[in-house]
Amino acid sequence: MSVDHTAVRRIAHLARIAVSEAEVPHLQGEINAILAFVAELDAVDVEGVEPMTSVIPMKLPMREDIVTDGEIEPLILANAPLSEDGFFLVPKVVE
Amino acid sequence: MTDLTALTLAEARDALKSRTLSSVELTEAHLSAIERAPGLNAFVAVTADHAMERARASDARLASGEAGPLEGLPIGVKDLYATRGVHTQACSHILDGFKPPYESTVTANLWRDGAVMLGKLNMDEFAMGSSNETSYYGPVASPWLPPNWSAERARAALGGDKRGLLTPGGSSGGSASAVAAKLCLAATASDTGGSIRQPAAFTGTVGIKPTYGRCSRYGMVAFASSLDQAGPIARTVRDAAIMLRTMAGADPKDSTCADSPVPDYEAAVGRSARGLTIGVPREYRMDGMSGEIEALWTRGAEWLRAAGARIVDVSLPHTRYALPAYYIVAPAEASSNLARYDGVRYGLREPGADITDLYENTRAKGFGAEVRRRLMIGTYVLSAGYYDAYYVRAQKIRTLIKRDFEAVFAAGVDAILTPATPSAAFGIGEKGSADPVEMYLNDVFTVTVNMAGLPGLAAPAGLSAEGLPLALQLIGRPFDEETLFTLGEAIEQSAGRMRLPDPWWA
Repeated sequence: MSVDHTAVRRIAHLARIAVSEAEVPHLQGEINAILAFVAELDAVDVEGVEPMTSVIPMKLPMREDIVTDGEIEPLILANAPLSEDGFFLVPKVVE
Repeated sequence: MTDLTALTLAEARDALKSRTLSSVELTEAHLSAIERAPGLNAFVAVTADHAMERARASDARLASGEAGPLEGLPIGVKDLYATRGVHTQACSHILDGFKPPYESTVTANLWRDGAVMLGKLNMDEFAMGSSNETSYYGPVASPWLPPNWSAERARAALGGDKRGLLTPGGSSGGSASAVAAKLCLAATASDTGGSIRQPAAFTGTVGIKPTYGRCSRYGMVAFASSLDQAGPIARTVRDAAIMLRTMAGADPKDSTCADSPVPDYEAAVGRSARGLTIGVPREYRMDGMSGEIEALWTRGAEWLRAAGARIVDVSLPHTRYALPAYYIVAPAEASSNLARYDGVRYGLREPGADITDLYENTRAKGFGAEVRRRLMIGTYVLSAGYYDAYYVRAQKIRTLIKRDFEAVFAAGVDAILTPATPSAAFGIGEKGSADPVEMYLNDVFTVTVNMAGLPGLAAPAGLSAEGLPLALQLIGRPFDEETLFTLGEAIEQSAGRMRLPDPWWA
C-alpha cells in the first residue's frame, strides 16, 4: 500500500499537524518508504494468532474506589501558556 | 587523590562509606568536568546549586550513619524523567519551558537512596532516534574520536556543527556520552527499541533494559507505552546492577509495574556462569553482517563457554519481522500518547484562528521532522480501513515473536547471546537524511527484546579494526536480570575493562 497527495493531507489533518503544500511530496516519499519497509509483514501467516495485548502476563491491580489526589488547581495550571480565573484559555469554540 | 571522576560508581560508593572521600568533593569534581565539556552537548540543564546542596546533605547522612545505598553519588538524568521544578522536555520544543510539579517514580527512588542529580541529559526528541540528532537541543558528540582524527580537528568540529564527529547513538545519547566522558558516575536512560543498549554499545559503556514492568513508568514522558522501559547506563556491569536495584520496584501509580520483590542485583555480579545454557540464535546472522561483528559474537560465545556455560544453537524464526512490526506498533502508540500536546495545558502554544488551527500550528512548530513523520505513520495505521491490515496484524506478529522466545526458554536456555548493533558508531550527519529506514536498521538486534518485553543487557566486548567500541547483547527470561548481570560480568572480565577516551574535548 502507498499514500498519495490527498492521503498525506488527510493524515496530517487527523494528526493535527499543519503541513504546507510544499512539504507534502517529501512527506509522501518518506511515508511510502516506511510503508514499503513494513510490507514484508504481509508474508507472515497470522491465521488464528491472538494479537498481543499484554507483553508480560500480569493481573491488573485493584484499589479502593476513593479519591487519592486533587485540590491542586494551581499546580495543574502552573505550566499552562494561557490561563485565567482557574481555567485554561482556548480560542472561542462555540459561536 | 587521583581524578575523582575516574572512579566507578561502586568504588566511589565504597570511598564515601569509608569516609576517605566526601560527596561534596566528588560532586564538585563532576560539575567541573561538565563545565569543561560544553562541546559534547551531553547536558541540556545543569543543576549545580541543587547538586551541591544534596551533596552536603549526603555528607551529613554519611557522617551520622543514615546513608542510603547510593548516598552522595552524582548521576545524570535523561530529560524524559519528570524532575520536580527542573527542565523536563524530552528534548522537544513542544514542551518549551515545562517544569513538572511532580517527580517520576524512578528518580524519586534514586533520591530516596541518596543519589545526587547533576542535571538533565540530552536525548533524541521524545526518544525517537538512534543518533541523538533529532534533539531540539542539537546533536550530542561521542567522547570517542573518529578514526584517524586528531584532537585538534575534533575540537574544531565540536565548536561548529559537529558533522563528522561520532554520534553516541540514541535515543539515550546524552546519557551514554556523559557516562563515557566521565561527566557523571552513571545515568538514567530509557529504551523503547534499543535506546539504552545501542548508545551503550556505541560508547563502550554498559546498559540494561530490564523486563517490561520492572521499573515504574510513572513520570516518564511516554513514547510507546507497551514498549518503554527505564534502565541505567553505567561504566561497569556492577555499577549498572547497583543503579537498577534502586530504580526498579513496585509502584501503585503504574498499573503495569510488577509488584515482585527486587533482588540484590549486585550479588549476581561475580556469580559463576557454570551450568548456564546460552542460546545463539541463527536468525541474527543477517545477510551482509560484517566479519568483524561475526568474529566478536563467536569470541563472546567462546568466553562464556570458557566461563563454564554451555553454548547451543537456537532458532527465533520471526526475528526479521520484529523491526517492521515495531515501526507500526511504536508510531501507533506514539500518535496516541503525543495527542496530549495541544498548546493548551503546557509547553509551546502557537496562536490560530480557531481551536483546530491552534492545535495544528502548535504541533507543526513544536514537533521536529522525525516526530512528525512517526505521528503521521501512527495516525495512518490506526485510521479507519487500515487498523486491521497494519496495527492488528503487527500485534499478532508480536505474539509470534514472543512465542519464539518462550519456546527457546522452555527448552532450557537461560540466556541468549547476540551482537548489540550491526556496526560501530557512525558519524553525525552520516545516516538517515535520504531514507528514514536506514537509521531504523540500527535497532535490528535490540527491538525484538522490547517486542517480547524481555530484559536485555549490552556489554562492551572489544574494539573494531578502527578502534571503536563494539558490544554484545544478552537477552534473558522475564524478570531474570540477575543472570544477565552474571554473564555480562563474565564478558567484561574476558574482554577486559573498556579503556575510555582521554578528555580531548576539555
